[in-house]
Amino acid sequence: MTTSEVEHAEVIAGHFGPYGGRFVPEALTSALDQLDAAFQVAIADPDFGIQLAGLERDYTGRPSPLTRAWRFGKYCNDAHIYFKREDLNHTGSHKINNALGQVLLAQRMGKTRVIAETGAGQHGVATATAAALLGLECAVYMGEEDTRRQALNVARMKLLGAEVIAVTNGSRTLKDAINEAMRDWVASVDSTHYVLGTVTGPSPFPDMVRHFHSVIGRESREQILAIEGRLPDAVAACVGGGSNAMGLFSGFIDDPNVQLRGYEAGGDGVETGRHAARFSAGSPGVLHGARTYVMQDKWGQTIPSHSISAGLDYPGVGPEHAWLHDTGRAIYEPVNDAEAMEAFALCSRTEGIIPAIETAHGLAGVIRLGKELGPDSVIVLNLSGRGDKDVATAARWFGIELEHSESGISIELAEGR
Amino acid sequence: MNPTKTGTIRRAFSDAKSEGRALLIGYLPAGFPTLDQSIELVQAMCDGGVDLIEVGLPYSDPLMDGPVIQQAVDQALTNGATPESVLRVVKAVADRGIVPVVMSYWNPIEQFGVENFARELQQAGGVGVITPDLTIEEGQPWIAAAEAHEIDPIFLVAPSSTNERISKICHDTRGFVYAASTMGVTGARDQVSNMAPELVDRVRQCTDLPIAVGLGVSNGVQAAEIAQYADGVIVGSAFVKAATAGGVAAVLELARELAQGVRQGG
Ligand SMILES: Cc1ncc(COP(=O)(O)O)c(C=O)c1O
Repeated sequence: MTTSEVEHAEVIAGHFGPYGGRFVPEALTSALDQLDAAFQVAIADPDFGIQLAGLERDYTGRPSPLTRAWRFGKYCNDAHIYFKREDLNHTGSHKINNALGQVLLAQRMGKTRVIAETGAGQHGVATATAAALLGLECAVYMGEEDTRRQALNVARMKLLGAEVIAVTNGSRTLKDAINEAMRDWVASVDSTHYVLGTVTGPSPFPDMVRHFHSVIGRESREQILAIEGRLPDAVAACVGGGSNAMGLFSGFIDDPNVQLRGYEAGGDGVETGRHAARFSAGSPGVLHGARTYVMQDKWGQTIPSHSISAGLDYPGVGPEHAWLHDTGRAIYEPVNDAEAMEAFALCSRTEGIIPAIETAHGLAGVIRLGKELGPDSVIVLNLSGRGDKDVATAARWFGIELEHSESGISIELAEGR
Repeated sequence: MNPTKTGTIRRAFSDAKSEGRALLIGYLPAGFPTLDQSIELVQAMCDGGVDLIEVGLPYSDPLMDGPVIQQAVDQALTNGATPESVLRVVKAVADRGIVPVVMSYWNPIEQFGVENFARELQQAGGVGVITPDLTIEEGQPWIAAAEAHEIDPIFLVAPSSTNERISKICHDTRGFVYAASTMGVTGARDQVSNMAPELVDRVRQCTDLPIAVGLGVSNGVQAAEIAQYADGVIVGSAFVKAATAGGVAAVLELARELAQGVRQGG
């Protein structure tokens, strides 16, 4: 190839159709180039692969099981529902896959400090964990609103030795935490790696984060083939930035008969404007370094998102999802708070698994999907995380501490379906 | 006035140079604190001796800005600032015979429509746009639209930019090169980074475009210091602070101090 062809290939490499790319201050460009180069070298290096696989096995506890949800499946039109149990990973969610990969990479690059943004706190906890394990300094940016609703995870991060910085500007949620983490990174890039927690952001983050989560899809594919002797009819996941979904989807993306289904947060309902339904109510734009679907007004100002789930409460989405959406390869639907919480209760009571509220959106989606695909269809849901962090929110929602709460009825409803 | 706008910015730099001084560039967001007040504030900048004004297009997620500018643009947005406000302020600057450019994050321009934005800015008298989060790789459609409407696309270089990148950026930049003095966000600093002279040196080897230094400049002494090695001095957060603290009078006073500074160093 000529030099200009190489350049062209590089430019195209960070894109998914018209989406993705790099919209960042020039100060970050060389850091992103270095990161991309280090990532490419690392994934071609068998030693890095062995080291990461060793940690995944001995530290995270992979492979995570694929559990048939027999009783929950009855509420899904008797479809064969399987949970990919990322909730059983060390730290309680899929986020550890990416955090370990990136912190290991940061260490290889000679960085001494990592920073992260976090919404639900799961990515912050995972990054703080990986940093503790590998001996790097760690700071986590978290919207003030989220530090309140995910207080347990704030305490966990602090116990792990991380500094937690509550972000008080803007909507005080994940979007603003990302702004602050980027601002930190621009000034600290020599010593610091920014461990972005989902498949958003400037290239190479969407590719890199998907890569570190692709273990979810690889394992699921092998496991479902072993159990059912065939590929699933659909694989499903909740979609915040979209990392747990991309990890699962990546194992099936080349199987045209496997449907890819994503569930985003419908909040109070898409019609109320209080939601995080980027595909239902957003449009293509640029946010946090990439072109993707964004919740924005007609002037391109970001509209704050709303969701009961801190991890889905984000007005942008990974650019690869934008492309999968436009090409029709994946289908995305919103799930409202109430529907998600009903599925949360149902999963807890039928399977003995208290899911993260993020995951509950996927569970609600699977109930719909079972009806659509029919009895005996095979569906794999990424059970992206456990719900310990959400116990206070859920108790409040279901009125567990209150005597006469309207929402207490939801538990009854879920039970009696 | 010359009917063609192309070259307006470069002419402003060469005029300053022939006076043996650096060009003074000031930033304020349009609509801050309100549209009418922002027009008065930029007029005070013009009166105080600012040669070129960067009219900021307020954006909800300004990730290259520190707290001072973040708060100012939040206030502007709360008070209803839109691209229309920016065009009004640009026109007010042009009417004073001072050179107006726009400073905007990319998404608002993309949503306005690249072609429309270039055309309407040209009609308002704007001659350049600084895009702090647009890389040249993503910026090619914009560069073409800007050229068609005699708007100079102005890109940034940073201390971390490789020489190879600097020369690519200079190749696509018109008007002047914006040299970010430091690795970090906007905000007045006590000392201007010592990375700036080295960066300006490296840029000089790639281009004969004028080079202006920004990020962290807050007073006349710093302006004089930068004027010794750069062609322009860019001041943003300090003007916002002055506007907040003392309104039009404080902005006028700061502009005068800085205008003296660029005349001492150059
Ligand atoms: C358990 C769990 N699932 C899902 C998400 C959403 O993120 P993503 O869409 O990147 O998987 C989060 C984010 O915090 C999470 O904690």
